[in-house]
Amino acid sequence: MGCDPVNSKINKKGNVVETNRFHSVILTSVKAVWVKTRCGILAGFHAAVPFVESARLCAEKNCAEVRKSMNKIKEKVMEYVFLFTAVISIIAVALICYFLFSNGFPAIKEIGLKEFLLGEVWRPNNKKFGIYPMILGSIYVTGGALVIGVPIGILMSIFMARFCPPKLYKVLKPVVDLLAGIPSIVYGFFGLIVVVPFVREHFNGNGQSIFTASILLGIMILPTIIGASEPAIRAVEQNYYEGALALGATHERSVFTVVVPAAKSGILAAIVLGVGRALGETMAVMMIVGNQPRVPDNIFQGVRTLTTNIVLEMGYATDLHREALIATGVVLFVFILLINLCFSALKRKGKE
Amino acid sequence: MDKAFVPMNKQSLRDKMKSYRRHPGSFILLLLVLLAAVATVAVLFFLVGYILIKGIPYLKPSLFALEYNSENVSMLPAMINTVVMVALALLFSVPFGVGAAIYLVDYAKKGNKLVGVIRITTETLTGIPSIIYGLFGMLFFNVALKWRYSMLSGAATLAIMVLPVIIRTTEEALLCVPNSYREGSFGLGAGKLRTIFRIVLPAAVPGILSGVILAIGRIVGETAALIYTSGTVAGVAGLMDSGRTLAIHMYVLANEGLHANEANATAVVLLVVVLLINWVSSRIARKFEVPKQ
Repeated sequence: MGCDPVNSKINKKGNVVETNRFHSVILTSVKAVWVKTRCGILAGFHAAVPFVESARLCAEKNCAEVRKSMNKIKEKVMEYVFLFTAVISIIAVALICYFLFSNGFPAIKEIGLKEFLLGEVWRPNNKKFGIYPMILGSIYVTGGALVIGVPIGILMSIFMARFCPPKLYKVLKPVVDLLAGIPSIVYGFFGLIVVVPFVREHFNGNGQSIFTASILLGIMILPTIIGASEPAIRAVEQNYYEGALALGATHERSVFTVVVPAAKSGILAAIVLGVGRALGETMAVMMIVGNQPRVPDNIFQGVRTLTTNIVLEMGYATDLHREALIATGVVLFVFILLINLCFSALKRKGKE
Repeated sequence: MDKAFVPMNKQSLRDKMKSYRRHPGSFILLLLVLLAAVATVAVLFFLVGYILIKGIPYLKPSLFALEYNSENVSMLPAMINTVVMVALALLFSVPFGVGAAIYLVDYAKKGNKLVGVIRITTETLTGIPSIIYGLFGMLFFNVALKWRYSMLSGAATLAIMVLPVIIRTTEEALLCVPNSYREGSFGLGAGKLRTIFRIVLPAAVPGILSGVILAIGRIVGETAALIYTSGTVAGVAGLMDSGRTLAIHMYVLANEGLHANEANATAVVLLVVVLLINWVSSRIARKFEVPKQ
């Protein structure tokens, strides 16, 4: 019996022991069939013919050559299996696009694109489906979150990259990671029991407003911004900083006027990432933003965002109403795709 | 941290104060940066502390009763559902995620166009908000595949959602395995498959594990993607039944407003579980960090 590199093991005494070769034959054949059915074009018909043949030969205890070709086939088949698993993400994106667009477009067509995007009235009972207030709501809330989150986030990442001693960094990094890990529903709950009453007591309105949501979202996008911009600032070459120092600038001045501008595209990418996070946030926003579908007069009024519109009404919506909600999702999806595009463009620019 | 940051101009505190007096702008910048750092840390501690202090007094044994009813609003069924959901979602996503990463690192040739497309789509998947996943899951799994509101369709949705996390962390872990391992294995006559499964993957396990745990954290904390896929029915659910996870349980309690105390207590449990999971993940990632080549 030859020594099969794949199917034999060396036992404790040092003898070569044939293990489950037959099992692996069955296993490979099952895998092969599976792959063949899944991606028939790829696995190809040709692989199957010698494979079946060799399986038979092997069962008749035929020798090393067969096993060699078996291995070859196995390698080939597994390569296609890996290829298939890699292609899954493409399939997923394609499916998401297909199902969203095919379910959302009929509604947009029926309502009319202009009526849908720019209509100011959302009254499903009266067949009025205008999502302009929600688009505005999303933009306001995201903008507010940026006003609060971006300065703090960037200053924090500057602190972590260029100011804090290594020992403190070891504490701060996990703290920021923890902030990123808190589920959005817990953030929302926190907003509901802390931020909403606070705003109600100290500002106008009933507390559920653009302002409230901006504060909470600003906190929520902090870890996103820090996580992306801190490495960008850290990656700036030390020469830049040292050159500025040598010219007589203080530490702060060299960091802010030389290092940070050099990391500009990385920081911008971080902000874009934060925009995506704020725009897509659903549950936390829903609990604190008030959810009235209207064009707001000031930031202490409640609004409804694109995301919350979907979650609020999907439970009981039917027919055109349901399709209009899916179309809302399509609009949100397009926004997010655009933001992703910006992000990857900025990232590529940063690498150059 | 690769390089410790050492300032070139080491000065005494007095020199520094002098310099700040001459450059008030620098001092203001320093203050701003310190303020941001303090604010970030303070917010985290306030948030976590507030939720813990508010919720811990309401953690009662009746909250962990086996049966859910409107009297005790027990969270145990939701916890069991969460465990099932995590297991199912990982069952779908880990084999595909790890396989994809293996393909990207060990099989794909440089300049392969497919790899570019795969990277773009993975990045896109990372950026898609969870509500869109929920919408897609509802349209595809619940309606098109007729799975209705079920744990299975929720898990499948979440599997797609965490797929990019697993692909990325596995890829990083595989890239960290020194090439000499692979060359040594090839040199001893092992084939590519054997090299991958016996040499490369075992060396990359810690990295993969930390990615998987990170994915668990996301699954446990997810709400928006599950409301319209796995539904909100309380009680231990079978594979094809609708069931709520802990995060959804929390959402329902907070939204109804009838059980404020129980919602507080649930928030504590959810927060502690998720933070623990994330902490373990980063610990594993750091402890087993393979030195880069």
